[in-house]
Amino acid sequence: MRAAIYRALCRMLPRRVLLASMRRGRVAAPAPTAAGGCPRYASSTEVTSDEFRLKEYGQKYLGYRKAAFTESLEIVDPARDPAFPIYRVTDATGKIIDQAQDPKFSEEHALHMYRTMTQLNIMDRILYDSQRQGRISFYMTSFGEEGNHVGSAAALAPNDLVFGQYREVGVLMYRGFPLEQFMHQCYGNHCDIGKGKQMPVHYGSSEHNFVTISSPLTTQLPQAAGAAYAFKMRPGNDRIVCVYFGDGAASEGDAHAAFNFAATLKCPIIFFCRNNGYAISTPTSEQYGGDGIAGKGPGYGLHTIRTSEEVTQWGGIDNPIVRFKRYITERGWWNEEKEKAWQAEVRKKVLTNLTSSEKEKLAHYHEMFEGVYKTVPEHLRRQRAELDEHIKEYGSHYPVDRQLTN
Amino acid sequence: MAASSLALKTAVRLPARRFASHFTYQPSVAPASLGAERTKMNLCQAVNNAMDIAMGTDQSALVFGEDVAFGGVFRCTVGLQDKYGKDRVFNTPLCEQGIAGFAIGVATIGSTAIAEIQFGDYIFPAYDQIVNEAAKYRYRSGGLFSCGGLTIRATCGAVGHGALYHSQSPEANFTHTPGLKIVVPRGPIQAKGLLLSCIRDPDPCIFLEPKVLYRQAVEEVPSGDYSIPIGKAEVLKTGKDVSIVAWGTQVHVVSEAAKLAEEKLGVSVEVIDLQSIQPWDEDCVAESVTKTGRLIISHEAPLNSGFGAEIASTIQKRCFLSLESPIERVCGWDTPFPHVYEPFYLPTVWRVFDAIKKTVKY
Ligand SMILES: Cc1ncc(C[n+]2csc(CCOP(=O)(O)OP(=O)(O)O)c2C)c(N)n1
Ligand SMILES: [Mg+2]
Repeated sequence: MRAAIYRALCRMLPRRVLLASMRRGRVAAPAPTAAGGCPRYASSTEVTSDEFRLKEYGQKYLGYRKAAFTESLEIVDPARDPAFPIYRVTDATGKIIDQAQDPKFSEEHALHMYRTMTQLNIMDRILYDSQRQGRISFYMTSFGEEGNHVGSAAALAPNDLVFGQYREVGVLMYRGFPLEQFMHQCYGNHCDIGKGKQMPVHYGSSEHNFVTISSPLTTQLPQAAGAAYAFKMRPGNDRIVCVYFGDGAASEGDAHAAFNFAATLKCPIIFFCRNNGYAISTPTSEQYGGDGIAGKGPGYGLHTIRTSEEVTQWGGIDNPIVRFKRYITERGWWNEEKEKAWQAEVRKKVLTNLTSSEKEKLAHYHEMFEGVYKTVPEHLRRQRAELDEHIKEYGSHYPVDRQLTN
Repeated sequence: MAASSLALKTAVRLPARRFASHFTYQPSVAPASLGAERTKMNLCQAVNNAMDIAMGTDQSALVFGEDVAFGGVFRCTVGLQDKYGKDRVFNTPLCEQGIAGFAIGVATIGSTAIAEIQFGDYIFPAYDQIVNEAAKYRYRSGGLFSCGGLTIRATCGAVGHGALYHSQSPEANFTHTPGLKIVVPRGPIQAKGLLLSCIRDPDPCIFLEPKVLYRQAVEEVPSGDYSIPIGKAEVLKTGKDVSIVAWGTQVHVVSEAAKLAEEKLGVSVEVIDLQSIQPWDEDCVAESVTKTGRLIISHEAPLNSGFGAEIASTIQKRCFLSLESPIERVCGWDTPFPHVYEPFYLPTVWRVFDAIKKTVKY
């Protein structure tokens, strides 16, 4: 059972919503009795008759939950019940509130988390600038969200499969995806695993159990449920799936499909919502009417937890990096000197990689025809040959010098 | 964090001016019949102006979609909420199937729905609502119900760096469904008149806006309320040796190729902007091909089952005896739309030029 992960997640993700379905499908529920097959004897008293009806109702409609009858005509006002509580470990400054909740990270573990968060933040700032300078065509930062990436990654086993949305770079970085590969992908050069087919930030790595990012939102959610179900079907499986999505993405029909599939098919999956309050310009008040994304969980039959949700800018006090820095500094594992050296080292590494990625050529345009199918089919060979003929004659009008020769 | 700075952080920042665009915009001049007063507008402003006029003249008209309230990620709805209020111009939750279904519902009771799908690439979650519902509402109800007041605006086409999911041109995915009308404007004058036609048309319309033209395409647009009929192509340049049909951005690519062919090859090219893809102006194209004897069709979408195939098939039947060479198609290759290989993927000016050369020499 992944109760340990669940506990660890609770501890390590102090700033985000977590919608988790941790069912592993071990407990086989008794099959509901079909209505027609129920014994139809009359009950001796009203009480037993009610009990019988409630039991039958619960089995047939409520997944074995027990409901009660009421004679008061009351329509539930969704604003009446208190919102999901927000689990936290530290206060805004990084001080642990209840010592029993201290995750007791080892020094090595804690420093890996801290270094990943800061490296992500530094890489983001440099790549964001390079996008603004027009050196890469697109970029997306994770400012203020570093904690949820790294905290969740730390709680997962390295072989647990991750499906991301696009703003979960820290998860991949935590797992050791090489820094230069981030840059190669953003430049789309021939060293990029995807060979420049996708826009920047669409990373992926089978080695790091991280499924390649796709721009259409929320498509990864039902896929993640399917992958989790297939894991469960494998003998001796020890893997789960963790799928990330935003507060906006949660509104897509695919999210409903995924929650419902995962609950009914008892998939070993964590749905991890990063609620940063906005989907581009749309505030959450225009995204949902209920108690956030966590509020939906129980309705689907998903085990659910909410963690604190604010995202603040780099430099602010209430920032996951600042808070975690306090945690490691208090334990004597970190100090300003180490901080300065580390910042300088990362900056240098990122800048060096950036420069060399920028210099690498793009793959030859033949790459465009690869991967549409497992092998290049006849009609694409013909099209490729047609393009070759064309480039032979008109090559001077095309950026051929930016590419490797074939 | 302030809403604005977060929005800035997350905004889909597409138009980085990194690559020279693959075409030169050829502005049009509006005919006098569309009114004397003109305003300089880009395509984005022309679309905004059309919606403004539609909302001002039709109290039932609603404008909605993802991020529409603050003006939309491409700024097409800027100012509309201030002018018409939050109840008529609003953000929807992030859900394209919801947007399409909701819009159909608005239209079934006789109101006017102007729904925005942020990228044509993201219209597919709404495919079921559009193809199985909007397109068949009237047919299946014996005319009792329809959703003619429905217009779906979506962006389409290449921008230089949009890759797989910010570049597609999905017109042919919809022309295969009877019951829908599909329109693609080539510039601001066309966009305003055609969008107003779509909004007021008694059938559901899909209006695909080539997003690369939003700022680049600037024209003197007639200021008043006017419409350009759906189903009519426009001959932009007459010629006698070969006809070329295109729509949207590709009109500018083929116009440039036509100019080059005249200069370098002495070939006289007739350029036709189809602009309405369904229904399409068969008569106009057939008449042109009967005269020139040659036809090239060019679109950004992949070749296979693209709308070019439909035109080629219809014209070879109608103009069989006039044809002097096979009908040629210059289109995107049959691959997903690739990021860094875009210059090699697109049906460029030079590919169209070469097609003209080969067609005429055939
Ligand atoms: C199906 C689909 N519709 C629209 C978009 C355009 N889009 C890209 S990001 C985004 C907002 C997503 O917001 P959220 O899920 O909250 O994630 P955040 O960016 O805040 O992390 C939108 C609308 C898309 N990529 N896919
Ligand atoms: Mg968000």
